[in-house]
Amino acid sequence: MSAQAWLQIILTLLAIFLVSIPLGRYMARIVMGRPTKLDRIFDPIDNAIYFLIGRRVAAQAMTWRTYTVHMLVTNLAMAIIIYLVLSFQNWLPLNQLNFPAVDPLLAFNTTISFVTNTNWQAYGGESTLSNFSQMGAITFAMFTSATTGFVVAMAWIRAFTVRNGGADLGNFYRDFIRFITRVLMPICFLVALFMIAQGAVQTFDASIVAHTLQGGDQTMVVGPVASQGTIELIGTNGGGFYNANAAHPFQNPTPLTNIVLIVLMASLPASIIVTFGEMIGNRRQAWVLYGVLGTLLVLFLLLCVVPEQHGTPMLANAGVDMQASTDQPGGNMEGKEVRFGISASGLFAAITTAFTTGAVNSAHDSYTPLPGITMIGQMMLQCVFGGKGVGFLNALIYGLIAVFVAGLMVGRTPQFLGKKIEKQEIILVSLALLIHPLVILTATAWSVLAPYALSSLANNSIHGYEEILYAFSSSAANNGSAFAGLNANTPWFNLATASVILFGRYPPIIFLMAVAGSVARKPTTPATTATLRTDTVSFGVFWFATILIVGALTFFPALVLGPIAEFFAMRNGQVF
Amino acid sequence: MAPKPESTAKLAPLGREFRGVSMAGAYTRELFWQAFKGSLAKFDPRVQIHNPVMFVVWVGTLVTFALTIQPSLFGPSNASRLYNGVVTIVLALTVWFANYAEALAEGRGKAKAESLRQTRANLVGVRVRNDGRQETVPATELRTGDIVRVDKNDVVPADGEVIEGVAYVNESAITGESAPVLKEPGTDMFSSVTAGTTVISDWLVFRVTVDPGHTFLDRMIQLVEAAKRQKTPNEIALTVLLSVLTLIFVIVVATIAPVAAYLEARINVADLVALLVALIPTTIGALLSAIGIAGIDRTMRFNVLATSGKAVEAAGDVQTLILDKTGTITTGNREAREFLPVAGRTRQELIQTAYLASYFDTTPEGRNVVTASTAQGSQPIPGLDQAHGLDFSAHTRMSGIDLPDGRIIRKGAVSAIVGAAVENFGQRAPFDLQNIADGVPRKGATPLAVSVDGVILGIVVLSDMLKPGISERMQELRKMAVRTVMVTGDNPLTARTIAAEAGVDDFVAEMKPEEKLQLVLEEQSKGRLVAMTGDGTNDAPALAQADVGLAMHSGTMPAKEAANLIDLDSDPTKLTDLVAIGRQMLITRGALTTFSIANDVAKYFAIIPAMFIIALPGLAALNVMGLATPQSAVLSALIFNALIIPLLIPLALRGVHFLAETAETLFKRNLWIYGLGGLIAPFIGIKLIDLMIAPLV
Repeated sequence: MSAQAWLQIILTLLAIFLVSIPLGRYMARIVMGRPTKLDRIFDPIDNAIYFLIGRRVAAQAMTWRTYTVHMLVTNLAMAIIIYLVLSFQNWLPLNQLNFPAVDPLLAFNTTISFVTNTNWQAYGGESTLSNFSQMGAITFAMFTSATTGFVVAMAWIRAFTVRNGGADLGNFYRDFIRFITRVLMPICFLVALFMIAQGAVQTFDASIVAHTLQGGDQTMVVGPVASQGTIELIGTNGGGFYNANAAHPFQNPTPLTNIVLIVLMASLPASIIVTFGEMIGNRRQAWVLYGVLGTLLVLFLLLCVVPEQHGTPMLANAGVDMQASTDQPGGNMEGKEVRFGISASGLFAAITTAFTTGAVNSAHDSYTPLPGITMIGQMMLQCVFGGKGVGFLNALIYGLIAVFVAGLMVGRTPQFLGKKIEKQEIILVSLALLIHPLVILTATAWSVLAPYALSSLANNSIHGYEEILYAFSSSAANNGSAFAGLNANTPWFNLATASVILFGRYPPIIFLMAVAGSVARKPTTPATTATLRTDTVSFGVFWFATILIVGALTFFPALVLGPIAEFFAMRNGQVF
Repeated sequence: MAPKPESTAKLAPLGREFRGVSMAGAYTRELFWQAFKGSLAKFDPRVQIHNPVMFVVWVGTLVTFALTIQPSLFGPSNASRLYNGVVTIVLALTVWFANYAEALAEGRGKAKAESLRQTRANLVGVRVRNDGRQETVPATELRTGDIVRVDKNDVVPADGEVIEGVAYVNESAITGESAPVLKEPGTDMFSSVTAGTTVISDWLVFRVTVDPGHTFLDRMIQLVEAAKRQKTPNEIALTVLLSVLTLIFVIVVATIAPVAAYLEARINVADLVALLVALIPTTIGALLSAIGIAGIDRTMRFNVLATSGKAVEAAGDVQTLILDKTGTITTGNREAREFLPVAGRTRQELIQTAYLASYFDTTPEGRNVVTASTAQGSQPIPGLDQAHGLDFSAHTRMSGIDLPDGRIIRKGAVSAIVGAAVENFGQRAPFDLQNIADGVPRKGATPLAVSVDGVILGIVVLSDMLKPGISERMQELRKMAVRTVMVTGDNPLTARTIAAEAGVDDFVAEMKPEEKLQLVLEEQSKGRLVAMTGDGTNDAPALAQADVGLAMHSGTMPAKEAANLIDLDSDPTKLTDLVAIGRQMLITRGALTTFSIANDVAKYFAIIPAMFIIALPGLAALNVMGLATPQSAVLSALIFNALIIPLLIPLALRGVHFLAETAETLFKRNLWIYGLGGLIAPFIGIKLIDLMIAPLV
């Protein structure tokens, strides 16, 4: 790889790191209700919204049950709105291209997908949705679904800061509204302006006609692309305006916007770790977690970028120059935007699966086998920072298991942040741990046996299996990116992915909120020298090993039969 | 009242190296044989189902057994009958090893319960009827209120309160303590008799205080058996985690089959079962219950009776230890530390006089004054055998001796001696006496004045005697981050001195026993787990409230009922050992869990390439151990998986090596040994087994 490629990767990671610190601290102030300089602007807005939904509702203290129920009901209400918008878009305004109503099954899949921050797109945006649907269903949901994940994580952290038996986890609506108005909206607004300045499209028009050099006319779909493309990444959503997503020049016009988008999709999930440290009043603990996840990210990133530059033996045998030079990028360029090349595409692919965003700027299907491990593996772990809030919670599932085993190893009832981790917590955490492999592996196993599923495949054998495995990993991890090569808009895949998404999203959240409820009621035990500290490097190593070993043990066979088998086959000169 | 016999229980040195009670001689051949028989009975599915991890192995054994009989049961397969049969045998061995570990751990408890039952079955009592006639009845017919007489060599048939007679009783059947205990009516501690103990001198008449079925002996049998059946909270949590991991691996392995079918890779069902068994945490699953039982067993061998495993586990978690000063930190006796002469008297004169004053004094303090003064050169004088001793009484608060030469020597409380000097001899107290005497309590000691014919010679300073090794123990507890609080009825000055000498972290002085409950609640409200010891009836509420309450067997029945641990040797310092036992039990579980899970990495690299060698030959690159053939690879992994269980049984029963040190150091070391060790060991073990069996397959 060229020095320039390395530099690009290092600078991007550095930028993510640097952005996450002030942003995380700012978010902590918002969550903890501490004053900020921007209160004068936002207080009136928030108060108006509280007034609309009822001040009492927005002020009440909530237990884990109330908090979760309000979250679920709000999600359901939003799902209904999204479904209605999609199903009646032909009656609704801004449908200049006269798209018909979205097919019920597809609308159902899209609704589930967007309300859960998955943004799996079984449709092509520019050929299916009106601008009203893009804004009223898609962009709207991308704000709220990201916020849902975030507030759940915040409520969860609060449980550990509640001293001596309170049950108050905050107020769902207050958290929800404050995060949208004070974090997402301002950032999105500023970034969207920047995107527009770089050449991204933002208009209520639906199409423009270009006169091509050959003398023909080409109709190009346009719309509120910049606004959607911004929240798509900031909210780790990934639901692009165009089917080509971030590879489309109207959405991602320049290499600069490409880097900004990468930084954006990583910044909030990384910031949450910082926020966590502020909320529990222990920055060291946050840095340990940051270090664990950061190390995982770097390892997976290398696995994604380096082999891609090496290409394949077949390409090399065919005389393709694998070395990057000023004239050409080298490596495996299949399925990649020439504007971005190997490293910026690989970086994007690694980041979008790590932070379970799902936006893509290259065809993941066309990568060499080893990056497949990165992409599928990160979605299987779904905590290499992971999606907003949810990724943090997943990291904490492994964390609590590590705490439990490590705590036993020093001979004390394990405790984390002063709260004892006992039977109740372990039951719930174990169940949350179980869901992810359960839905991915069973859905995949079912699909490879079902003719109606196999008919969607563009490739057979190992690569075909990988396409299915990728689709369900992406759904379960609320990632939403597609491997491509799989026709997802079939009744089976619409139903199966929607179910996997639902099961992958809500039960773990409910289990973890129940953990929060149980933990909040517990007294805070003072730490002594016999208490295992969890904010040390050695515990970080154990946490890291727990994620890798428990995660890898679970998914190793699935990966062996997919990318790993493909890798060894490739070395033997066999392709799929 | 006879002095309480000193405990002769042998405590393992808690300090630098805590390994629990030595294993040597602990397991007799008889126990091994009993365990062998017990392990076979445990193949019963109704027993297996309680351990989900091993139950999966058990079911897997059935599946491979069916495949041994009919290899094509689940479709065409290239696995031979022989191969399936060998897999079946290894799986059955795995289950058997787990059964054996549990049966072995249970063995000693069972034997103990059995011997207690024997004792109970043979009990008969001589009931004294209202008309004075005596009748011999089985112990089961004795009711509360009955009057029973026991003579020399009789076994006490029921629990009761002595109302007549004085006798020595051997309580070793219950406590394991062979030194006889004197029983007599009218005292708190020494009037109760326990069923199963033997009268070895004289006779006693006692009133039965509990109905049959509720005696301490019954309770003991119940505890010895029940404590092993209940799982402790952390054990339940760990079982849940292991079960879910097992369930995950069932899903992982079950979904391999359809994918393999899609990839047109034929795999053997026996190999799938082998993979499943290798992956699920069988090592810790097999040893988990043995570890818990062994933990309780260790407390039992410390002669402490646990009402549940929970109490032992909680002991490991204790953050505050409330210790009675007397009996726990100090011996209850006081020693003569200093001799302070007054008004120009010589020290030697004072010491010699104090020696004579204590010559006939049989109280512990008196003996200690004799010891101390002898050490300073005092000697008996001629004619002592004709001297007349005056015993200490609470009324006069002095004791002494009237020598044949007419000298009247007295020793006692300063005010009493001064009073006697003025009254009987018309002497005035020396000018500096008050000053010197007042200085003594400030140092936490008690002054005794010594006089000859009313002339006061000086002060003997009596200080509490710390139990030997107590400050080392406190230091170790501090290393284990257990806060120690000493409670005493003494004044704050005395308390402070002793607290400083013993090295306890905190003390509460002038405390009445009933205030202990308040102290326990106060500590608990700060989120701490509290342990305490007690023996009196007024300790009972606090013992019940404490997370760990250790009652002395010599204590009253209410105290014993309120506590969750009963120390049969009545040695309160044992609480510190229990902390260690509780922690060791958890450490052993955590360490073996880490080891068990880390093992899986190597097993994957053994089995996965072997399974797919034909369909996906490229995966041979994953055979990093270079195992000979697919069959030998799978079998090596399985055999390793099975053999590791018996290899670790001694560790599970003995407990992991444990030092009093900070959590961080402990964690790091165990991470190296059981984490890294768990990663590496199976790579070596599987390779070695493969080298051995490769020529055979």
